[in-house]
Amino acid sequence: MAALYAQLLVGLINGSFYALLSLGLAVIFGMLNIINFAHGALYMMGAFCAYFLLNLTGLGYWWALLIAPIIVGIFGMILERTMLQWLAGLDHLYGLLLTFGIALIVQGVFQNYFGSSGLPYAIPDELKGATNLGFMFLPIYRGWVVIFSLVVCLATWFLIEKTRLGAYLRAATENPTLVRAFGINVPRMITLTYGLGVGLAALAGVLSAPINQVRPLMGADLIIVVFAVVVIGGMGSIMGSIITGFALGVIEGLTKYFYPEASNTVVFVLMVLVLLVKPTGLTGRAT
Amino acid sequence: MKKSIASLLLGTALSLIAAGAASAQDKVVKIGSLSDQSGLYADLGGPGSTLAAQMAVEDSGLVAKGWKIDVIAGDHQNKPDVGVNVARQWFDIDKVDVIVDVPNSGVALAVSNLVKEKNGVFLNSGAGTSDLTNAQCTPNTIHWSYDTYTLAHGTGTALTKAGGDTWFFVTADYAFGAALERDTTAAVQSLGGKVLGGVKAPLSTSDFSSFLLQAQASKAKIIGLANAGADTTNSIKQAAEFGITQSGQKLAALLLFITDVHSLGLNVAKGLNFTETYYWDLNDGTRAFAKRFQERAKNHAMPTMVQAGVYASLIHYFKALEALGGNPHDGAKVVAKMKEMPTDDALFGKGEIEPNGRTIHPAYLFEVKQPSESKGPWDYYKLVATIPANEAFTPLDKSTCPLLKK
Repeated sequence: MAALYAQLLVGLINGSFYALLSLGLAVIFGMLNIINFAHGALYMMGAFCAYFLLNLTGLGYWWALLIAPIIVGIFGMILERTMLQWLAGLDHLYGLLLTFGIALIVQGVFQNYFGSSGLPYAIPDELKGATNLGFMFLPIYRGWVVIFSLVVCLATWFLIEKTRLGAYLRAATENPTLVRAFGINVPRMITLTYGLGVGLAALAGVLSAPINQVRPLMGADLIIVVFAVVVIGGMGSIMGSIITGFALGVIEGLTKYFYPEASNTVVFVLMVLVLLVKPTGLTGRAT
Repeated sequence: MKKSIASLLLGTALSLIAAGAASAQDKVVKIGSLSDQSGLYADLGGPGSTLAAQMAVEDSGLVAKGWKIDVIAGDHQNKPDVGVNVARQWFDIDKVDVIVDVPNSGVALAVSNLVKEKNGVFLNSGAGTSDLTNAQCTPNTIHWSYDTYTLAHGTGTALTKAGGDTWFFVTADYAFGAALERDTTAAVQSLGGKVLGGVKAPLSTSDFSSFLLQAQASKAKIIGLANAGADTTNSIKQAAEFGITQSGQKLAALLLFITDVHSLGLNVAKGLNFTETYYWDLNDGTRAFAKRFQERAKNHAMPTMVQAGVYASLIHYFKALEALGGNPHDGAKVVAKMKEMPTDDALFGKGEIEPNGRTIHPAYLFEVKQPSESKGPWDYYKLVATIPANEAFTPLDKSTCPLLKK
């Protein structure tokens, strides 16, 4: 039984990454209608950013949590301004192909310079060590990841669903012309939203740097699962993607315990089942 | 009846043409370096293996003697079907004579079968599975550098003898992991050790904590990591995080490359025991090669034993071609010649190729240095013991290779 609790907790930790990443995807899809396949590459850039901040400028983990999302977010906004904005109103396929291409280029460039085995990044001193919970040995850093990502997820949900700014944003997706008529700069808002989604990916990257190796392919390995999470949760649903992210982390963790061979397919089996029963995803509304 | 006679004649004629083509010797050689060029094994093989092949061509001195030798590279993406397709195209269209490297045992076994069918030469140094020179051996395949038997009998035996008599495996869920777990289990049990359990993790898993917790709960003294590349580095890093080594269990990284140690950093990797057959800082010969390699390598990485194997096996291949007086474009004939000649190169020392295609040479048990012991980048290993060639590889009387039953 103790082992089961431990697996549930480990699942929750992985779920935090799924939730943070799928949240960014949901924000971008919900507000911009772009299927952002570059998300994994941007997550990887966040981790590399943390590595560079530490090794080139000496700025540690806590600064990286703040600065990396801003730097990568700016990179994202440049992408949106220079390329993605021209695809507004076109079929989803164009955005998907463009962002997928960007992901391949970014990963290729990083791989060319840093190889595939990755770079080391240590856990910050303040979060080193572990506590004994009785049923398991919990590294303090992992506990921090769960709490921090939960806070970030809820804050993002609050921002978009409950504030005036969020209301403008949602209105702008419904009817951009009308919102513009009220004197709101819609294109700038869209750019900032893309930056926010991208920043969330980079934040997940920084969080993951001390756990996983900082590798050019770290995002590519994860992004497909995250897309499945978004599809299961319902495309564009903010709360849906947060809950599904955590839930699927737990389900995957249990699979690793009971039948490890299936642990990297279970998410997709679930996706198929959900799509068969409810094609809009668990929380999605039919349009 | 008429039809079948006609087809028989046609068949005979075609095979005569084929035989005629095969017997024509020339001085043209084409080398295909087939590897994982961008995935989790790209640093231990990949572009570095292509470089090693080019260096072997330059050092052979054959080009100056009028030979025309080309090296091409391909990406198998760790998928057997992709690997076989690339290899098939190389044989049919590009007229490749020899395929080198090929990490990933699943891909290597598939390519080995194709090379036999096409009568090419397969010099494998990237894959681990000892099946390449056992049940699935062919007259066209030579296995260099290491195999799962070496790893099992190096690291597995050493740790069991040192008191680690209970094991739990975290195994990569494909041909290599299965072979490594099987061979290590045999080595551990032969010394009276016990295997308490194991878990099969999918290839390219990013989070190993679930599996490590199961290993921790098993209370085994040794956690055997039967995986490779980024899977191994992630396991080691996360094991440190979950306090596995602090609580008395010991990690056995059954396959660890110098690029993995470099990527982990000495703080995490220190104290690990593992087996390799090549390390750059062993002697003057290994140092000289490594220095030239490092200058030209991307990221200025030191060569792994896989890349060293590509170089050494090609050097031996060229010697055999020279002895034959040209390239007969007949894989089985060249491999037979290679088996006749003793191997001797600066990287692996003197050795020989056994009838089942296994190259034997000494192997080394290393320990990763403490950060305070390391003099600088890439100074990572301490030599613990040298395993003589006849103990490092499957003894011939235990090999299940069908070629031996004549």
